[in-house]
Amino acid sequence: MKKQAKFGIGIGVIVVSLCFLAWLGYGESKTYYHTITELQTLRGADLSHRIRVGGTVAPGSIHRFTGRVDFVLEGEGKSLPVSYVGSDPLPDTFIDKSQALVEGRQTDGRFVAEVVQAKCASKYEAAPGGTVATSTSATK
Amino acid sequence: MDVFGSFALILAFICAVYAFGGGIAAILTRHPLLVKSTRQAGIATCCLIFISTFSLEYLFFSDNFSAAYVVAHSNRALATFYKIAALWAGQEGSLLFWSFLLAIYVFSVLIAYRNKNGELMPYVGVILAGVQIFFLTLNNFVASPFKALAVPGAHGAMDLVARADGNGLTPLLQYPEMVIHPPNLYSGYTGFTIPFAFALAALLARYPGEKWIHLTRKWTMIAWGFQTAGILLGAHWAYAVLGWGGYWGWDPVENASLLPWLTGTAFLHSVMMQEKRGMMKVWNVWLVFTTFLLCITGTFLTRSGVVSSVHAFAQSSIGTWFVGFLAIIFAVCLVAYLKNRDYLKSENQLDAIVSRESSFLFNNLILLVSCIAVLSGTLFPVLSEALSGSKISVGAPFFNKVNIPIGLLLLFLTGVGPLLAWRKTSVESLKRNFAWPLMVGVVAGAIIFLLGYREVYSLICFSLCFFVTATIVMEFYRGAKVIRVRSGASYLTSAIELTMRNTRRYGGYIVHMGMVLIFIGLAGAAFNHDVQKEMQPGSSMQLGKYKLVLQSFDSKPEANYTGLRLNVEVFVNDKPLMMLYPERRIFETNGETGTMVAIYSTLREDLYVVYAGQSPDTKLPVIHAYLNPLVKWIWFGGVIVVFGTLVALLPNRRAVLVLAGAKQPAEEQLVHGMTPSVTYREGHD
Repeated sequence: MKKQAKFGIGIGVIVVSLCFLAWLGYGESKTYYHTITELQTLRGADLSHRIRVGGTVAPGSIHRFTGRVDFVLEGEGKSLPVSYVGSDPLPDTFIDKSQALVEGRQTDGRFVAEVVQAKCASKYEAAPGGTVATSTSATK
Repeated sequence: MDVFGSFALILAFICAVYAFGGGIAAILTRHPLLVKSTRQAGIATCCLIFISTFSLEYLFFSDNFSAAYVVAHSNRALATFYKIAALWAGQEGSLLFWSFLLAIYVFSVLIAYRNKNGELMPYVGVILAGVQIFFLTLNNFVASPFKALAVPGAHGAMDLVARADGNGLTPLLQYPEMVIHPPNLYSGYTGFTIPFAFALAALLARYPGEKWIHLTRKWTMIAWGFQTAGILLGAHWAYAVLGWGGYWGWDPVENASLLPWLTGTAFLHSVMMQEKRGMMKVWNVWLVFTTFLLCITGTFLTRSGVVSSVHAFAQSSIGTWFVGFLAIIFAVCLVAYLKNRDYLKSENQLDAIVSRESSFLFNNLILLVSCIAVLSGTLFPVLSEALSGSKISVGAPFFNKVNIPIGLLLLFLTGVGPLLAWRKTSVESLKRNFAWPLMVGVVAGAIIFLLGYREVYSLICFSLCFFVTATIVMEFYRGAKVIRVRSGASYLTSAIELTMRNTRRYGGYIVHMGMVLIFIGLAGAAFNHDVQKEMQPGSSMQLGKYKLVLQSFDSKPEANYTGLRLNVEVFVNDKPLMMLYPERRIFETNGETGTMVAIYSTLREDLYVVYAGQSPDTKLPVIHAYLNPLVKWIWFGGVIVVFGTLVALLPNRRAVLVLAGAKQPAEEQLVHGMTPSVTYREGHD
C-alpha cells in the first residue's frame, strides 16, 4: 500500500503545481470578449479588464500614423474607433471590410489595441446579375 | 464531371450504409457470404470516394468555372501545383479530402487483412464504415463540393451560370508548404481512425490478448508521423509566410492539431506497458478513444466557428453535425466499455517508483495534463460563457506557463525512461546508466550559465538536452560495441546493424533525438529580440552582430500583384555578407497585401527581415527585423523525428546467423503473430 501512496503523492505534487501555474497564467492573460454594443455600456471595474472585440473594418477608415494605426470597427450597427499601438506589423489580411479581432483596453472613447488579428472577408463575389450564396474561405 | 463526381459520392454513401448495416448482420449471423459482401462494399466505398475526389480535381484542372467550388478557389492563371492544393482550400473540398484520406487507410486495411483476423475484421469494417458514413453525409448533403454555380432566374428558379474566370486562391495559401502541410495533418487526423477502430472492435468482440495492439502499432505510428510532420510544417509555414517572427501562437487551430498528438504520443508509450506487463488496459483503450475524439474535435473546431481564430474556416452550421457525431462516438465507446470492462482486467501492479512502468505512467500523466490544459484553454471562451455568462479567453502566457514545465519534465523522462528496467531498477544500474549523462548535463549547464545565458527554463532545457543526448549516444555505443566485438565492423556500421536488428527500439531513440533537437530550438526563443525602424536609402540598423543597410527600394508590377521590394545589404563586422530582399505584394483583385519575409538562416540564429509597411508621414519603408536564435534546429529535429518514425516502421533484420534464404520480413510475422521468435525480439524494448 505504501507504494501506491508514494505514487499518489508524486502525481498529486505534479498536478497541483501545474494547476497553480495554470491559474497564474490565467490571471495574466485572461481577456473578456465583448461586442461593440456591450463595450459602450461597460462601467467601472469591467472597463479595466483586458478586452477583445470583433467587428468589420469600416471601408476607408484605416489611417496609418507613426507608431500607431487608427481605424474604425463596425458591428451591430455601432462603430468603435480603434488605435493600434502594437509593435508587430498588421497582418496581411487586415484590409477594408475584413473581419478583425482587436485586443487591448478601452480608454475614454477610443479602444487602444495591442493585438490585431484579421480574417479576410468571404471571397465570394456577387455573380453578374445577382447574388450568390456566400461560401467559405480559409486562411489555413 | 460535376454530375459524375456527385453521383460517385452518393453511391459511396449507399455502399457505406450497406457495409455498416450488412456488417452488423454479418456479425450476428456469421454468414460467410455476408461477411465477404460487406467487406467488398467497404472497398467499393473507398474506390467511389477516390473517383469522386479525382473528378473534383479534374474540374480544377479543366478550369470548369460553372462549379461553385472551383470559382471560389481557383482561376486560370493559378499554377498547376496550386490547383492540387485548391482542393482543400475551402470547407467542402477539405471535407471531401478528409473522406479521401480516410478511404486510403480503410482501403489498405480492408485489403491487407482480407483473409486474416476473421473474428475481428467484421467489427473493424462496421466501425470504419460508420465513420465514413458520417463524413459522406457531410459530403453529400451538408457541404457538397459539386454545387453548380447558379443565380436566381426570372421565374424564381435558379439559372445555372458559368463564369469566365474564378476568384483565385488566397495568396496566403500559395506557398509550397501549404500544398504539403494539410495532407500531412489530415493524414494524421484520419490515420488515428484505424487504431480507434481496432481498439473498439477488440473490445466489442472481446478479442483475446494484446493482438489489436500489435496489429495497429504500424498504423498508429504512420498517423503519428504524419501528425508530427503536419504540425511542424504548419509551424514553418506560419514562420516563413505570416511575417510575425514566430512559429507557434497557441491559436485554437494550432491547438486543435496538437491535442490528438499529445494523447497519441501518450498512447504510443503506454501500449508498451500492456505488451510487456499486461497493465493499463483500460487506460490504453480510453487513450485511443480520446485520441480519435480529439481528431474529430480538431476537425470540428476548425470548421464550426465555435472558437474564433484567424485560421478557421468561416462560421457555419456544420458544427451541430460534429457535436452529434462526437456524442454518438462517445456513447458507443462508453457502452462498449461498460459492457465488456471485465475483459480489460490488469494482470500486474506497479512494483516500484523507479521503474520503466512508473516512467511511462508519469509520461502519460503529464501528456494528459498538457492535453487537458491546452483543451480547456482553447475552449475557455465557450466554457466560461456557459458557467459564468461572460466570455473570457486566455492567451499565450496561460499555455506557456503550464506547458513549458511539462515539456521539460517530458524531456527529462525521455532521457531516463528508456534506461530504467522493468519492474524495479537497482541503484547499481542507475549509477551505471546515468552517471555519465548526468555529468554531461550538469557540465553543459554550468558552461552555458558561465557564458552568460541566465534564462532559467532555457538553461534547464539545454542541460537536459545534453543529458538526453548522452543517454541516447551511450545506448547506441553500448549496443554497437557488442556487435563490433563479434563482427569487427566499424562503430558506424555496427550502430546501423544494431538499429536494423531492433528498429522499434533504436528508431524510437532516433525519434527521441529529433525531439531533443526540437527542444533546443524551442529554448532559443527565450533569447529572441527584434528592432523596428523607418529607413531611408543608405541608413542602417544594428541587430546583434548584423548591420542592415537599406540600399534602395523599388516596385515591380507582376501578373496579378505589384511587388514592393527592399534591397537590404547585410554586414557582419563591416564586411558585406549578403543581400536580403524583403517584399510586400499588393494584390490588385482584392487589395490584400502579402508579406514575403527574407530569412538568413544559420544553425546559430535566423535573421528574419520583414518589410513592415510604409511610414504614413514620410512614405519611407519601415523594416522590422528579428533575431531568432536556434530556430533551424526545430525544422532539422522534425526531419529526424520523421526519419526515426520511418526506421521504427521497418521490419527487424534478423541476426547474421540466419541463413540468407530463410529471410522473411519480420514485420509480416509480427502482424500474423505466427512465430514465437518475434515476441522475443519485441521483448528487447
